[in-house]
Amino acid sequence: MSAGANNFRARVRALTDGTVTALAILATVIVVAPLVAIFIYLIYKGASSLNLAFFTQIPKPEGESGGGMANAIVGSAVLLGIASIIGVPIGIGGGIFLAEFGRGTKLANAIRFTADVLNGVPSIVMGLAAYSLIVVPQGNFSALSGGVALGIMMVPTVCRTTEEMLLMVPHAVREAALGLGIPNWRSVLAITVKTASPGIITGCMLAFARVAGETAPLLFTALGNSFWSTSLNRPIAALPLQIYIYANGPYDDQHRLAWAGALVLIALIVVAVSLVRYVTSRGVLKGAS
Amino acid sequence: MPEIRISHSQLQSEPGVSAAEKATATSTIESSAIRKFLLSRGNSAIADGIFHWLMVLCALSIFGIVILIAAELMLRSNLAWSKFGFDFFFKAYFDPVTGLPNYWDPVNDHFSALPFVYGTLVSSLLSLLLAVPLAIGLAIFLTEMCPGFLRGPLAFVTELLAAIPSIIYGLWAMYALVPLLRVHVNPLLIKFFGWTGLFSDDNPTGLGFVSAAVILAIMILPIISSLTREVMSSVPHSQREAVLALGSTRWEMIRMGVLRNARIGIVGAVILGLGRALGETMAVTMVIGNSPEIHHSLLSNGSSMAAVIANEFAEASGDMHRSALIEIGLALFIVTILVNALARILVWAVTRGTPAQVH
Repeated sequence: MSAGANNFRARVRALTDGTVTALAILATVIVVAPLVAIFIYLIYKGASSLNLAFFTQIPKPEGESGGGMANAIVGSAVLLGIASIIGVPIGIGGGIFLAEFGRGTKLANAIRFTADVLNGVPSIVMGLAAYSLIVVPQGNFSALSGGVALGIMMVPTVCRTTEEMLLMVPHAVREAALGLGIPNWRSVLAITVKTASPGIITGCMLAFARVAGETAPLLFTALGNSFWSTSLNRPIAALPLQIYIYANGPYDDQHRLAWAGALVLIALIVVAVSLVRYVTSRGVLKGAS
Repeated sequence: MPEIRISHSQLQSEPGVSAAEKATATSTIESSAIRKFLLSRGNSAIADGIFHWLMVLCALSIFGIVILIAAELMLRSNLAWSKFGFDFFFKAYFDPVTGLPNYWDPVNDHFSALPFVYGTLVSSLLSLLLAVPLAIGLAIFLTEMCPGFLRGPLAFVTELLAAIPSIIYGLWAMYALVPLLRVHVNPLLIKFFGWTGLFSDDNPTGLGFVSAAVILAIMILPIISSLTREVMSSVPHSQREAVLALGSTRWEMIRMGVLRNARIGIVGAVILGLGRALGETMAVTMVIGNSPEIHHSLLSNGSSMAAVIANEFAEASGDMHRSALIEIGLALFIVTILVNALARILVWAVTRGTPAQVH
């Protein structure tokens, strides 16, 4: 009797275990499915409309077929340039402080915490901040305000990855540099940062790729532009903005261009993410120890 | 060169210190002490000082950014705040002629954020409902069950999911997901759950809270899952081994040994996912339907706080309209800061003390 009950319980436990395993595998499949679906859909829709004109021509007037996103690609490059000028030095500086000077101090903990929290602030709020900081005093939408919005978004990401990469540099390297009589600032820049530079560069690339796809902060800062413009004081086109405008457009031709733009954007991001993974998993930094 | 020799001879001329004592003495000297000593040698105090303070300045600018955003948003939303006060978020405005609630009326400068707060909460909570079980399932699979050769690729896939821009999710949702839901899922929801009143058959577009929640769930899955994974793998192995040694099955080991120890951190991960969902803009804007109304049906059009800003801000003409939108932005800023801070504290409570792991 009791043996039978035990047997039954054991069977129930084994069954539960099996069910949970199956559920976990099912969850994994369900998570992977959308990614596969998105990629297949993007390639299927985007590859057919990706041609030379996409990279060399500016948008045609509404309703006409053809045209490309050359101005949006250049516009994105301008915006990302401004963003990098703001975001990369401040971010790397902050990371150097966290890893080299402030280790374990209350200030460093507070900054690390704030950077993490800032990372979670919605991008549209950054757009609003850039709007009221630059667009309102300046009186018009401009490339500069869009670049600033993106630059602010880059700071926390760059800061935290820089810190993480610097922490991977062994102490012995720093001490060796200092032992040779190099001043601390040169030791940090020429030895520690240089040792960690592959990681820092890929971290910057990741931040770069993330803001490259940001649309929300550009909606009312860079605004978008159907014509060539590289001026910092005028509205400028950007790839994600153009995708958004075309996705909501009424014409099939616009939708095709939107898909092509999305494909270009995703290619940039896949490259960045793969690079980061390659650098961190291969342990480029471990070779130094 | 001479300095080294002097120090060398000094070391040797101390007969009272035995070799063993010397070894323990050097091992107790912390590396920071060595660094401090080495740093004191330099004769470039000015350059070092400048460099140090430059880096401090960079780090402090992160505080500066937060304060600047808060100050700017408060400044620009002052107009709406002084007119509506707290009622802005809670009170509907009733049209005196028709008697119907009119929440968002840019023509007469009457604004209430109620439908957007409602839309944000409904879409975010619904997306959590969909995403959390899947994310935890994925995390369990990755930390406890996954064969080694799959772990790398799967982690890569979740990283990619996290890096895909919102606009691409939106584009895909608009042209692939919404038609799919409209044709295959919504009729089933109406058929089987129509009696609850939550799924009424009055919106043929397929846009609405359900579509927004599904795309949001896909978007917040990676962040919840990767943090859950981090928390779960910070649970010491001895816990797992102890439970296994008592004769438990794998699921019992996961439940008692891992999930119970990691639960606070998992809650933190979920809250972090909530923070993401609250502020997600583009994908939601593209599929939620964008109508400033409150409907009980989850299949009807709605709007969210971020979506209304994205939709209307560039074209907002009146000062009051713009101010009201910025006030919504300020609310979003404060809420996401609080939510993220809470989540970080919870995750930190579990993972502190364990070194960062590369999976």
